[in-house]
Amino acid sequence: MTAPVLAPPPPARATLPRTFAAMMAREARVMRKNFLSTFVRVLVQPVMFVFVFAYVLPKLGGGAMAGGPGGPTFSTILVPGLVGSSIIMQAMMAVIFPLMMELNWQKSITDRALAPVPIPLLAVQKILAAALQGLIGGLLVFPAVLFIHADGQAPEVHVANWPVLIVVMLAGSLLAAAGGLLLGTLLNPQKVQVLFAIVLLPMTMLGCVYYPWSALEDIRWLQIVSLFNPLVYISEGLRAALTPDIPHMPAWAFLLAVLGGTVLLTWAATRTFTKRVLT
Amino acid sequence: MTAPPGAAVRTAGLQKTYPASGPRPAVPAVQGIDLDVPRGEFFGLLGPNGAGKSTTIGMLTTLVVPTGGTAHVCGLDVVRDAVEIKRRIGVVSQNNTLDSDLTVAENLEFRGRFFGLGAREARKRADELLELFGLGDTRGGNPFEISGGQAKRVMICRALVHGPEVLFLDEPTAGLDPQTRTNLWEVLRELQASGQTILLTTHYMEEAEALCDRVAVVDHGKILASGTVDQLKGTAGADTVITVAYDAPPPDRIHALADRTGISKVEINGGQVRVFATEPDGLLGELVALGAAEGVGVTDASQLRPSLETVFLTLTGRDYRE
Ligand SMILES: Nc1ncnc2c1ncn2[C@@H]1O[C@H](COP(=O)(O)OP(=O)(O)OP(=O)(O)O)[C@@H](O)[C@H]1O
Ligand SMILES: [Mg+2]
Repeated sequence: MTAPVLAPPPPARATLPRTFAAMMAREARVMRKNFLSTFVRVLVQPVMFVFVFAYVLPKLGGGAMAGGPGGPTFSTILVPGLVGSSIIMQAMMAVIFPLMMELNWQKSITDRALAPVPIPLLAVQKILAAALQGLIGGLLVFPAVLFIHADGQAPEVHVANWPVLIVVMLAGSLLAAAGGLLLGTLLNPQKVQVLFAIVLLPMTMLGCVYYPWSALEDIRWLQIVSLFNPLVYISEGLRAALTPDIPHMPAWAFLLAVLGGTVLLTWAATRTFTKRVLT
Repeated sequence: MTAPPGAAVRTAGLQKTYPASGPRPAVPAVQGIDLDVPRGEFFGLLGPNGAGKSTTIGMLTTLVVPTGGTAHVCGLDVVRDAVEIKRRIGVVSQNNTLDSDLTVAENLEFRGRFFGLGAREARKRADELLELFGLGDTRGGNPFEISGGQAKRVMICRALVHGPEVLFLDEPTAGLDPQTRTNLWEVLRELQASGQTILLTTHYMEEAEALCDRVAVVDHGKILASGTVDQLKGTAGADTVITVAYDAPPPDRIHALADRTGISKVEINGGQVRVFATEPDGLLGELVALGAAEGVGVTDASQLRPSLETVFLTLTGRDYRE
């Protein structure tokens, strides 16, 4: 081995914004490397879903699953819901899986925490990075759900309200990422399997993905219980923006829930994360 | 390297008690440690498993919050100025904490960028370091598919990317084979020769002896003794330690040895006798003969010349390897 006659490094300017940007650049690099596998993972579930419900079943003659003749097609109802559930799933997985590794395996989180930023900012960075992946997950689902359908089963989707669409997609991604960070810092790794079985699956099944919230009127208790499910507000918000003719919650309700929830969960997750990292 | 004045590391009464959790009671891991490490020094914290070495490093590197006392690194308070301290230190932790989503070279590149280097500068710096440390072949590899010795060297490179004022190394050679360990020692010596301040923990006596200007011997969260290796040997461990295990209660005449000049202390523990002596010549043979005269055999015997190991024995009465 040659003698490490180490030259001093070039002068560094480790300001908080620069460090933060570098941390995001690392995420982008990793995302780019994993793009194909992420792409496949994100798309399989929604594609299968629209394939069966917007193509196979209508072909088999079960076309009147939602509404009736003249009513909205099932695919119209599905578009906002599947986009919303993709956002939630992808953002939560994007934060929880790496976190489980970092907190437990080799405790490599101690190393991430040595980057020259305050620990709460590290938490915010994790939320932002995961939210970005959630957002990408949501966007990837759009073409799939728009174009896979049987004749006459095309979804009737147009952007009726850009600001609402953007706010709900962005805040929804952040909400899910913050929620993921909170759960990831509170749970121990053995419970993560359980988390997916008993939290994420019911959350997506009952997140007003396959029906609008107002349709639950006939099952009043479920309609009320659903209000505790953040995905409901994202699905309904996307309905307001994309399929305004389908009944949906008033804007104040879903905006309050999505934005308020984001603030609340970010605050809580930042605290629990800092507690986990600084012993 | 420009060395601003002031100590690299200074602690006063530093304490850490991990709070109780569930059935586990609170753990007083560090119980009042005073350190004063000037810039340019190679300082060693030497102690057995659980002595509190990693906890101390954790506090100095801002990741463990002290529960008492104060600690300053580069003149900055570890609690109040954590971010500024992080800009000025490099840390090599006990485990492999390399980023498994990135290649070896990317690990260094992004570390450089975290510390403010531009993307191109960081890549260049990464390549230079990898070459310098003989790691050129690993650059595109996954950091968990290289050997343990290589991974340690990559972690050292990563800690050096931004030219830290103080380098912390937590048991850098634990688990490495002797050859790899000596190679790493060479690297560390050269680093120090170039002016790098280094604080290292180890539980290898010979490592502290081989590398460190000054050593603090820690056990149960306290410093038992500190100073240069020679000072320690001169005070706490000037003695050669002879340990003899008899197969029966040791011969009575052994007690009388304690009064002889050149023998500082005789410890008898069951069948085991430990003699601390400044004049050890012929003593081991005498101990065997004493037993034989009374029909007591010897099952094991050892003689340790003055070293950090005898320092530890003298200070704690415990065998270091226990
Ligand atoms: N996060 C923690 N929570 C509770 N107790 C801890 C924690 N970390 C360490 N300890 C305890 O504190 C004591 C000192 O541990 P520490 O890791 O500092 O020792 P060490 O000298 O580095 O040992 P080793 O040589 O095994 O690495 C031990 O009893 C350990 O069990
Ligand atoms: Mg340790």
